[in-house]
Parts: sequence; structure tokens; C-alpha cells
Amino acid sequence: MKTAKILTTPRMERCIGCHACSLACARLVNKRLSWDTAGIRIVSSGGLSTGFEAKPCLACNPAPCALACPTGAFSQRKGGGVLVKRKLCIQCGECAAACPVDAIYLDAATEPFVCIHCGQCVPFCPHDCLEMAEVPVEALPEKARKEVAP
Amino acid sequence: MIRDHFRILTVDLATGKGKVVTLGGRDTEAGGSGLAALLFNKYGHPGKPWHDPEQPLIFTIGPLTGYFPLMSKTVCGFKSPYHDQYGESHAGGRSALSLRFADLDGLVVTGKAKELSCLSIGSRHLELMDVHYMRGIDLQRSGKMLRKMIGGAGHRSILRIGPAGENLSAYACITVDTYRHFGRLGGGAVMGSKNLKAIAIQGDGVFDLPEGKEYVDLFEEVHRQLTTTDMMDKYHNLGTPVNVAVLNGLKALPIKNLQQTTDSKIKGITGETFADDTLLRNTACAGCPVGCIHIGFVREKFMEPNQYLYRQVSYDYEPIFATGAMLGITNAFGVLGIIDTVEKMGLDVMSAGVALAWATEALEKGIISEKETLVPLKFNDAEGYKEAIQHLGSNSNDFYRLLAQGTMKAAEQYGGEEFACVLGQEMGGYATGEVFFTSQAQGFRHSHLDSGGYSYDQTHEEKNVEKAVEFLMRDEQDRVLLTSMVVCLFAREVYTDELLAHCLNSLGYTTLADNMHQVAQHIQKLRWRLRLATGFDPTAVKIPKRFTEITTWKGNIDKKYLNNLKKEYAKRILELGKEEKKE
Repeated sequence: MKTAKILTTPRMERCIGCHACSLACARLVNKRLSWDTAGIRIVSSGGLSTGFEAKPCLACNPAPCALACPTGAFSQRKGGGVLVKRKLCIQCGECAAACPVDAIYLDAATEPFVCIHCGQCVPFCPHDCLEMAEVPVEALPEKARKEVAP
Repeated sequence: MIRDHFRILTVDLATGKGKVVTLGGRDTEAGGSGLAALLFNKYGHPGKPWHDPEQPLIFTIGPLTGYFPLMSKTVCGFKSPYHDQYGESHAGGRSALSLRFADLDGLVVTGKAKELSCLSIGSRHLELMDVHYMRGIDLQRSGKMLRKMIGGAGHRSILRIGPAGENLSAYACITVDTYRHFGRLGGGAVMGSKNLKAIAIQGDGVFDLPEGKEYVDLFEEVHRQLTTTDMMDKYHNLGTPVNVAVLNGLKALPIKNLQQTTDSKIKGITGETFADDTLLRNTACAGCPVGCIHIGFVREKFMEPNQYLYRQVSYDYEPIFATGAMLGITNAFGVLGIIDTVEKMGLDVMSAGVALAWATEALEKGIISEKETLVPLKFNDAEGYKEAIQHLGSNSNDFYRLLAQGTMKAAEQYGGEEFACVLGQEMGGYATGEVFFTSQAQGFRHSHLDSGGYSYDQTHEEKNVEKAVEFLMRDEQDRVLLTSMVVCLFAREVYTDELLAHCLNSLGYTTLADNMHQVAQHIQKLRWRLRLATGFDPTAVKIPKRFTEITTWKGNIDKKYLNNLKKEYAKRILELGKEEKKE
């Protein structure tokens, strides 16, 4: 059986809110200094006393963001999540609106940033909150196949 | 953002309007401590009192903030209500990264708002909000209200004051993101005097990185050193409270208003006890993978049968020393209960604890009565101290109003100056000996972190005045370079001169990297010149008798050595100030 890897956040109770993951993604994947333009973002919900939550892509399959993308900039990734082709993006923001878990960040110019499940953030977490998980690659659902065609 | 100048936002609270100002000085003042001094020189008024609306409240970050791990601190510069002289206080939380991502090297707040207000800024917004309804509201409740009002959870920093700041206590703190503080020298009162309840900084900017692999590779190497070696283990493991047992063992822990320096009962409040019994979790400043912030809890039975509430409270060595050992509290939960009350009122925990330790001894000695203290203060009575802290933060009567201006101010009026544990401001938790006492009493910030006097006491047996003072001057210079970058001083062993230069070079700050030593010298002088210009006289500093009555592992305090250190340090400080004037 073919498999793919996706980023998971199984141990977020351990998170100390250092933002090392977000900063690493912005630095290594998106070549920016930022804690926003990252595929994983950390928030505190209702103050620091409640701990931290991650806002990662949950690797939907089919991915609502890919279905919503009108230009094929976001397309279905095998194993879940999306493949991103920035050159095709018209910065309409439909992807972020479609994401049910607010995992897509739109910058001031409405350019979207989403996790591409590369795992480069994982080694920067000092408390081992993050993990790359292996998932089976299934045939694309019929609906997704139709929608992702450019 | 990497730039050869400073980008500063100035905000006038009287009008609610701001201005973006571009300033030179990156290669000479660097940022952080250096930039704060530069900005006070530009916007401050040495001859006017601290509460004059024109006085600036300054927040600065450095060239490396956000670009490397543990570059996570903000410097706050202001004319202090404690001594009406220029001072600095430092804090972390998310303040530094929020300023970086708001695309600011510094924020300068002047004027006085018409109503109690919250200043909200970001890379693309500025708003002054009327929050008059928050007057008198404690820090925990106001925090909840502010979080609902202001968006951007996780990527913002909220700096706020409690009742003590509104009541202009000379040691009111500015709380940052619940668990961190611009603790010392009364920055909270400066905000209070400006009718400023809170500052919210939204870190919503995005910046390009240097091209090539040098920066990315260097980041990874620094991150590795900080997380996979044992260099930061002390802070990650038990945290700074590990010092409690160590200093108690050395006979260097100030206990019961420094009447003792060791006590077997201290085992109830050691770092080990806190970790075993009270530690819920660690948390971190943004941009720091170490996670030195230790969070414990208080649990209160508020109703029968079995109805409890709980709150989370951060603890460190200094709060444990000040509200534990100094007050004779030897139960970890008792200490956390007092810290929790201090947090609500928005007082500096070190000054509050040491002030109440003096008040307790003064009451014991009959210098003051319960008419003044309102509470029968007794060492090891946590409930009494919780009540007293509310009086202290609320200016409940003339006694507490005066005590909230500084322990020595109260002692000058009521008596008991000889046992007021004041070294420029209320002492830090190190009864290590003559060099530390001199260092804090005359140091720039009157902080235990100005230079490593506590360490010198522990590593040097000889009593060589010139050598000790030379150490204080040099160590201060080394530290001022770090606090201009701005790196957390816990990482001072990691960020060697060589590594700092490498980091600066990787971002293109090559001139700064080549001249770090001269820049540090210049900033040291600049800061002292400001301090002297605003009225500091190092020759007039007194070290109360209590500090000479203690016994440490080295034996009795050598009064002659202490006196000579004080004279020599004062001489060197004055020389530094004069030298700058000649330039």
C-alpha cells in the first residue's frame, strides 16, 4: 500500500508557546521572518493560563480549500492536504474562507499560506509536540478529481 | 526588519495620534538599552518630574530580536517614580516579537490620555480606546476584558497595569502577557500617570530574510546549542528557584528581613519542592525554546462543602525569595498565594515582599503599630500578608501610601532605616556579600542583573577593591551589549562575543559586528550620563546597617571592604559620566 506523510500535533498539551514551529516554517519554507506566514500557527485561547492550540492543516481528503480554489493553485495532495502552485494563485482568499479549521493564513495582500506537510518544523519543537504520521494514499474521491482539474 | 536605521512610533496620548520617525544610530546605539537611552535623550526631560505628561515611556527591541532564539526581551526606559531618575526595566513574554512584527524598533508614548485608555497598535493600525470602566480593576480581570476587545490571540502582546499602577505606587509593575513583568522601578506608575491602562501590540507584519544559507544554518546551530546541550538546563529544569536551596546552603539567602541567611525550614520552598508539589507546566517567551517560565497553582476553598477554585501562578527565584524567605513563609502554596495577590494588584513582587518584611520587623520592634499596618503582620502568616498587599496596592492609609513609595521613604518617616533592606531599591535575593551589595546599591538599574556581583562574591576569596570594581564595570559593559541586542540574560553563556558578531554579520549588520566592544562602551557611558543628568549621586548611596550584620559562608561582612568598594565604584561611575561629557 502506498503511503504519504502528514504533519500531526498529537501532544499539544506539552506546548510552551515558543512559536519555534511557526518561525521555522516561515523561515525555511516561506523564506520570511514571521509567525503568521506559516503552515502551523500557535494561539492561546483566552489567555496563557489555558495553554496553547496549534492551527495546522488537518490534511483533509478531499480538501475543501482545494475544492474552493478557482484557479488550481491549491490542488488535492495524495494522503490529504493540498499541493500549492503559487504562480497560479490570484489571491482571492476563497481557500481560507473554505477551510473549516482556520489553517490558512492570508497576508495583507491576500496571499495564502498553508502547511505543505514537509515536516521541517518538527525538529524545532523543544517538547516533541509535533509528529509526521504515515497515512495510506487512497484513490482520490470522485468529487475531488473533477474539481482539481484546471 | 533588517535596516540601517531605527523605525520608531511615537504616540501622544493627549491627541491619540502617532507619528513614524526614522532615526539613525544603528551602528552606535544598536537597539534595546542603547536605543532606549538615545530616545530618552531625544524625547525625555531630565529636569522635569517623572510624572510630567511630556516624559516619554519607551519600549525598544534590538537588531537580533526575533531573528535568533532567546532574542526575546524588550527594554523599557523611563524616568522612574522610585527615584525620579532615568531607569530601565526588562521583560519578555510576547512583547519583543510583537514589536518586531509590528515593524517597530521602538515605541515612545508621551502625553496623558483624557480618560483611562488602552493603546492598540500593529503594523497597520493605531487606536486609543477609552477604557474608563476598567479603573481599579485587578490585572486578572482586566486581562480577560482586554483579550476579548483586541483580536489576534497568540500573535499579540498585552502590557497592562493594576490598581497599584493607577495609584502611582513607585514600584508598580507593567505586567506582560500574564506571566512576565517590567517589574522594577515603577514603570506601572508611569503608565498610571498617563492614564494608560494597557498597551496592546499586534505583531502582524511579515519580513523578507537575508538571501543565502548563512542565516538559516546559523539559526539552526544556535537552536541546537540551546536545546540539545545542558547550557540552559538550569532554566528549563527547576528554573531559577534552584537557587533557593543553593543560597540557603551557602548562608546567603535573605530570610525574615535579612535577620537570618539560612534556615532548615527553607526546604518547604526550594525549587525541588515547588516542582514536586506545585508545578503544573512550563511556558515560554515567544522566540525562546527553553521555556523557563514555571507555572504553579493556588487552590482555595471558598465554600463548604468542598467548593474550590484555582488559579495559575508563575514562580521564579526572586518572587520566592521576596514573598517566601523574606517573609518567613516556608510553605510553597503560601508563597504562591502571596504572589497571586501581588499579581492582581500589579506590584513589583520583589519590592512588595521586602517592604512588608521591613514592616513586619518594624511592627515587632514597636516602631509602628497595627494602626499603621491595619493587619497584625507576622512572619510566616501568609493570609495576613495577602491582606497587607491589597492595602499596599490600594494606598489604604498614609502608612501604606508611603510604603508604596519605597521602604526607605517609610523608614525615614517612621524609623527603622537601619534594617530597611534597600540597595538603591528593595534588595534582590542575594546575601552573598560585599560585592553584590555594592553592585545593587550603586548599579545602573539597582538590579541584581546589572552585573554579576553575586557571582564574584562566590568565586573570589581575596578582597581586592580595584579588581572587584573593574569586574563590575566590565561585566556591566558585557551585559549592556546583550541587552541592546536584546537577548535574554539567561542565554549570556551561549551568546559569546564571537556568536553575537556572527549573528549580526549574517543579517548584514557588519559595522555593528566589527565594533561591538566600542558600541558597548559607548552605550554604558550614555546610560550613566543619563542617570547622572537626572540626579543620581553615587557618592551619596547608603548601605543600611542590616547588610553589615549578617553572616555568610565567608563569615562576617567586612565593613571596611564594603566601604572601599562603594567609594571606588562611585568614583568609576563618575569618571564614566565625565568622560562622556568631554567627547
